[in-house]
Amino acid sequence: MRITIAILALSFAAMPAPAQKKVDPARADTAIKAAFPTAPADWASRLTGDETMQQCSASHNNPAKDVAAAIQKREQGTIVYPPDNNFMGDWQKGERLAQSGYGLRFTDYPPRQANGGNCYACHQLTKNEVSYGTLGPSLSEYGKLRDFKPEAVKAAYEKLYNSHMAFPCSTMPRFGANKILTIEQIKDAVALLMSPESPVNTGK
Amino acid sequence: MKRSLVMLAVAFAAVAAIPRAHAQDAETEKAIEKYRAMLREDPWSNPGYLDADRGEALWTTRAGPKNASFEQCDLGKGPGKVDGAFAELPRYFADADRVMDLETRLLWCRETLQGLSAADYVKRPHPAGGQPVKEIGAIATYVASKSSGQKFAARLDRPQEQDAVALGETLFYRRSGPFDFACATCHAQSGLRIRLQGLPYLAEKKEASKVIGEWPAYRVSNTHVMTMQHRLLDCYWQMRMPELQMGSDASVALIAFLTKQAEDGEIAVPGLKR
Ligand code: HEC
Repeated sequence: MRITIAILALSFAAMPAPAQKKVDPARADTAIKAAFPTAPADWASRLTGDETMQQCSASHNNPAKDVAAAIQKREQGTIVYPPDNNFMGDWQKGERLAQSGYGLRFTDYPPRQANGGNCYACHQLTKNEVSYGTLGPSLSEYGKLRDFKPEAVKAAYEKLYNSHMAFPCSTMPRFGANKILTIEQIKDAVALLMSPESPVNTGK
Repeated sequence: MKRSLVMLAVAFAAVAAIPRAHAQDAETEKAIEKYRAMLREDPWSNPGYLDADRGEALWTTRAGPKNASFEQCDLGKGPGKVDGAFAELPRYFADADRVMDLETRLLWCRETLQGLSAADYVKRPHPAGGQPVKEIGAIATYVASKSSGQKFAARLDRPQEQDAVALGETLFYRRSGPFDFACATCHAQSGLRIRLQGLPYLAEKKEASKVIGEWPAYRVSNTHVMTMQHRLLDCYWQMRMPELQMGSDASVALIAFLTKQAEDGEIAVPGLKR
């Protein structure tokens, strides 16, 4: 039940198909390029979005079945697994990165610290943190609800690395594939979700 | 009257000189509540009126190589006509051959009438936290306040305007940047929040028409008036995009789309925001 809710929420943005008159994608690209003249050269890819994002934008995150399947396959191919297949790091570090929204904003250069995951912006996690957002589902007791199963640990890693493998056109950032977080950081976030000692699961 | 306004502004600057940090959200909420209570008693106590007054003075002040004021600026209803002009923007202007929102039009008037470069202005068009809104923002606050109490009545039916609205809608749903965000990521559902900040549902007319007419608004957490162009830059900042250029076609298109979403909404400028 909880899981269905999470699935619904992650893929939620199933919105009515666009009703406006068609805008030539090249026109939108030109307008965006002109709107951000101070973008450094290596930010060019930020302006357009890749093929998956173009498909999600065009369908208002509600891709047709075949497109959804293509997205899942493509995004699954981006996932890099830890060499030793150990998916869990340190939940305390995970909690710190869940709190931090630092990174990749134009005011964050040159980098002064590691990027955060900003999980609390959208999700409830530990009981102690009451300042959490509701754009994503609550992740309270995430591991406990999944009996701390090894498959669930791996699945959590995959969702953090690239959520579109499980939920095409998910609203969640592709933390691994887009190089927002490192593999080590993703493992720390997995531990926050899945470790039996993590306050997400102990309720402390 | 003017005096008490200034005092209020100073008093609140202290409460509101709060960093962006989420842990302070609750405190900001409390500060806003205090403000709202005061506004109920005296609607003129919104510190944004100081900037509207400054904008009114700037409108009539001669400046630039052409030593001219804004008084011949045509906001769509004829040169110098300010009352009700904001309610009909954005619109297509034949003299500039493009659709313009209020701030973009003011930028154009400043260049054509006063001879002051728009390209220079847009290098640093918005104030840092705690700094007062800049010249165009102050004038925009003045002009928009002269449509307060009216409903949005932008036509947006000329071909160029329809184009702008359609482009704006496309951009609203366009996902890009390293976080894969679109405006719709945060503004296409009702009742959601980021940390504790409520997110208005701008993809829907009902909520859009409640909030879009409140810009420019005095922003408690930054202790200054923020304009719509500045608001959009800030949302793109959260999206990990570069700095949105004031007056760019994309910015005007988004404002045209948002205004279309808010059609028939009431204008109440300066607004008051978190
Ligand atoms: C990551 C989430 C996020 C994204 C993406 C985002 N915004 Fe926002 N937006 C916010 C937040 C948070 C606020 C409210 C800020 C506050 O309360 O201080 C806001 C406020 C606004 C407002 C003012 C609403 C009001 O209450 O008056 C407008 C207009 C707006 N956004 C437009 C946009 C547009 C257009 C885009 C796309 C270019 C966009 N936003 C993208 C988070 C976002």
